[in-house]
Amino acid sequence: MLLDKFKEMAAFQAELRDRKLKAFGAVTEELLSATEGVVEGRRVILAGTNNYLGLSADPRCIEAAREATSRWGTGTTGSRLANGSFSEHQALEAELAAFFGVGHAITFSTGYAATMGTCATLAGPGDVILLDADSHSSIYSGVKLSGAEVIRYRHSDPADLAKRLRRLGDRAANTLIVAEGIYSMLGDIAPLQEIADLKRQYGAMLLVDEAHSLGVLGERGRGAAEAAGVEDAVDFIVGTFSKSLGGIGGYCVSQHAELEDVRYCIRAYIFTASPTPSVVASTRRALQILRDEPELREQLWDNARRLYDGLKALGLAVGPAPSPVVAVEFEDREAAMAAWQQLFDNGVYVNLVVPPASPSTNYLLRNSMSAAHTAEQVDRIIGAYRDLIDAGLVTPSAA
Amino acid sequence: MADYQSCLAFLCELLQKYNRKRVMINENTGLVTDLGLSSLEVMEVIEQIEDHYDISIPLNILPDVNTVADLARKIRDINS
Ligand SMILES: Cc1ncc(COP(=O)(O)O)c(C=O)c1O
Repeated sequence: MLLDKFKEMAAFQAELRDRKLKAFGAVTEELLSATEGVVEGRRVILAGTNNYLGLSADPRCIEAAREATSRWGTGTTGSRLANGSFSEHQALEAELAAFFGVGHAITFSTGYAATMGTCATLAGPGDVILLDADSHSSIYSGVKLSGAEVIRYRHSDPADLAKRLRRLGDRAANTLIVAEGIYSMLGDIAPLQEIADLKRQYGAMLLVDEAHSLGVLGERGRGAAEAAGVEDAVDFIVGTFSKSLGGIGGYCVSQHAELEDVRYCIRAYIFTASPTPSVVASTRRALQILRDEPELREQLWDNARRLYDGLKALGLAVGPAPSPVVAVEFEDREAAMAAWQQLFDNGVYVNLVVPPASPSTNYLLRNSMSAAHTAEQVDRIIGAYRDLIDAGLVTPSAA
Repeated sequence: MADYQSCLAFLCELLQKYNRKRVMINENTGLVTDLGLSSLEVMEVIEQIEDHYDISIPLNILPDVNTVADLARKIRDINS
């Protein structure tokens, strides 16, 4: 039977219902601020969003969206290649290219479409894609569609990547290496300097997905490639408007003029309606704020360090360095689910991540920080974790 | 260069580590159907093969691999 393969998922969903665990698809009934809301009837601190700069609730972005809706209507009703290219889209692309200091930019309707579409199109039959083993689903989807030979390298392991480039011989010149800036689940940063060195040495091309690092890393907020000082070596940067920019949509920017031709070959760009005018307008405003107010980035990092230091002081195993994403790992499924529920009951909403969405067989409580969190909110999150330890749901691993 | 028989011998030994169900591992053993490997474990196995033979195994071949014999043939082909 066609639908038999969903039985396992049905059983999992039934289990969640029986346990009344609302970790997946919890409904937000009211948004009180960028960092607080009423979720499933409970007032909670939002510590599981990707609202890194808090801009989803910025009055200036809201106003820009409102004005654009009045002027352009609620949707474009068509593809960029047909009737869906408004001057707003062109302006956003020009502003993105200028912000990144490159010549060329394409916008997409979602970040997923941006990453999937570029990966699927840049490499084709006869080419090779070398992707990080822990790549996001949009990368895996794209490379599968590409028709290229797809090879994984061990997560953020330049030595393993080097081996694979060596094994390719002459084919390295037809290879696209794919990495992310900050990895979304554990918050770790890719070793882009080493990856860029290898890319140069073997004459391959490099694509970096900065979905979680735009506005978060780099002196100007351009991401992990800027922070590593290797923007020249990155051929394509893709990313999203849905996290630090508080909207929805995605982009690909490049120093290569050929991007203008690639544009007309990306199916996820051609055969889908262009982003809605309100979202393009709020994204343009958010990009300006990201550029002009580096203090937001500092606030984000202050909060990230405060949470990291607080959880570390409790003895929780939180990864090697502070990051806006901090994950607490569980080997035990029951403990992870119970811990999520207790945090929620305590007024803290975080992400529960189960394999295979987590990078190993472990379960994760993924906490993400925003510039909009107050120090008091961060302390309440830390306090909620202390309560988990007191309840015996987490065992401190370090002194 | 690795011939089919030596690939097979290497695989049968490697897979013992994952032989939770204590089945007889031979050419016809299914990686998922008999050994019950998870997708994560399949990738672990692939990485160990790659290290051992100094090769890269493209993900593209995985849909065609069900049994130990399928995998042994792929390793031999990539190696030649
Ligand atoms: C690395 C990465 N790429 C792409 C995406 C897709 O972005 P979006 O959710 O904006 O479609 C995400 C986030 O979901 C991501 O983490």
